[in-house]
Amino acid sequence: MSEDLRAAVAAGVLGAEESYRSLLRSIVEVARAIFKAKASSIFLLDEEADELVFEAVAGEGSDSLVGQRFPSSTGIAGFVLVSRQPLVIEDVLADPRFSRETAESTGFVPKGLMAVPLLHEERALGVLEVLDRPKDAKFTLAEMELLGLFANQAAIALDLLQRARRARAALEGDGDLTVVARVAAALEERREAEDSSRESALKLLAELEKLL
Amino acid sequence: MSTEEEPLPAWSLPAEAVERIALPEVWPGQITREWAWGGATGSGVRICVLDSGIEAGHPMVGEVQQSVAISIEGDEVIVDEEDEAGDLCGHGTACAGVIRSLAPECELVSVRVLGAGYTGSGTVLLEGLRWAIEQGFDAINMSLSTTKQKFAGLLHELADTAYFRRTMLVASAHNMPVESYPWRFSSVISVGSHEQEDPFAYYYNPKPPVEFFARGVDVEVAWTGGGRLVCTGNSFATPHIAGIAALVLSKHPELTPFQLKSVLYLTATNVGGDA
Repeated sequence: MSEDLRAAVAAGVLGAEESYRSLLRSIVEVARAIFKAKASSIFLLDEEADELVFEAVAGEGSDSLVGQRFPSSTGIAGFVLVSRQPLVIEDVLADPRFSRETAESTGFVPKGLMAVPLLHEERALGVLEVLDRPKDAKFTLAEMELLGLFANQAAIALDLLQRARRARAALEGDGDLTVVARVAAALEERREAEDSSRESALKLLAELEKLL
Repeated sequence: MSTEEEPLPAWSLPAEAVERIALPEVWPGQITREWAWGGATGSGVRICVLDSGIEAGHPMVGEVQQSVAISIEGDEVIVDEEDEAGDLCGHGTACAGVIRSLAPECELVSVRVLGAGYTGSGTVLLEGLRWAIEQGFDAINMSLSTTKQKFAGLLHELADTAYFRRTMLVASAHNMPVESYPWRFSSVISVGSHEQEDPFAYYYNPKPPVEFFARGVDVEVAWTGGGRLVCTGNSFATPHIAGIAALVLSKHPELTPFQLKSVLYLTATNVGGDA
């Protein structure tokens, strides 16, 4: 609880989640543009459900995919997540199981993909995929490095998004201490208020602190 | 071997004992690839692929001697020694195919540590490695790593145990700026990728932790459903070194991991490989 509470207060909370989602969207859009790919997506690992969730998608299928889930050990994304190893596959159609599963869930069957784990400190947060680079472009290790740099940025954004979500959950939850988080958020909102309510509340809190 | 006749004092070598540690191998002045694996097929060498399973009978893989699956139920480690799930991803089959292409007559054993989801995957990896080391394989190919600190100490112990029991761990290096294990340990061979097409081209890296670079870009590999894919990643470079290690060990079965690493160094493309 205390970590959530800290996150709640530190994030300034409201509106943060939408900003981080925009950041993730921007990352997949740039990844798609740089690799001249047809699509790019970020999957977030939902540890509780042990599932991967489409969190941001650029290109084909972008509207319908966000929010879709599948088991965390499924297919290429699952392998990349669990093994922590980036993979580039040039001709996924050669794998009948892969194409069928993908077609069923997305309506878009890629011919090639690059997938890289999103690692933050010691946690694996999800997977970044870039689908269908131009066929004639030979893959190089320099591109692998670029993909790694992107993954690092995406991992930081995913970490922030998760913190914002925990913060919101702490605010909306019904645990004993959520009132503290709500008070912190209310004080933050009244920072510009012209009446003395914020000042009075702070005095009251100072007294409360002495009492504890 | 002489060590079996009369145990030596554990940590010292008295003058009269020098004879007893005479090496079974006669090393030439110059180690060449011809000496290292000329004429070798991998015959008699047992290689374990710790991965997503192997599709037995795939044209690029052939026979798989045993398929084992590791899982965790509660606190209990379950070892299914007759796993029939095959390969749940394709990756293990790809690695097995690369090893087979270099060492056509080696024995391949699959230990499946993937497929049970993300949760618990670190424990499954650890237990799979423990089981594989207990079996005394000549080499274990692992393209997996964990970033969880809590496993680092145990993995380190296992890697050292393997090293002292003459099981060479060949592990994919991470090409991302994160701490992960076990590839960083000096008792394993860690492998990154180069961009050339020659499966026998491999380089020693004088700036560890990555020790060797092998073919890992645009590699045609076996995949599930009897398929083939063109793949890139350090996890495909790793079985190239495992395959070459299988060749060396089939010709020189007495080599310890230290000696095997030395042979790989001396025959690396940027050292004396073309001699």
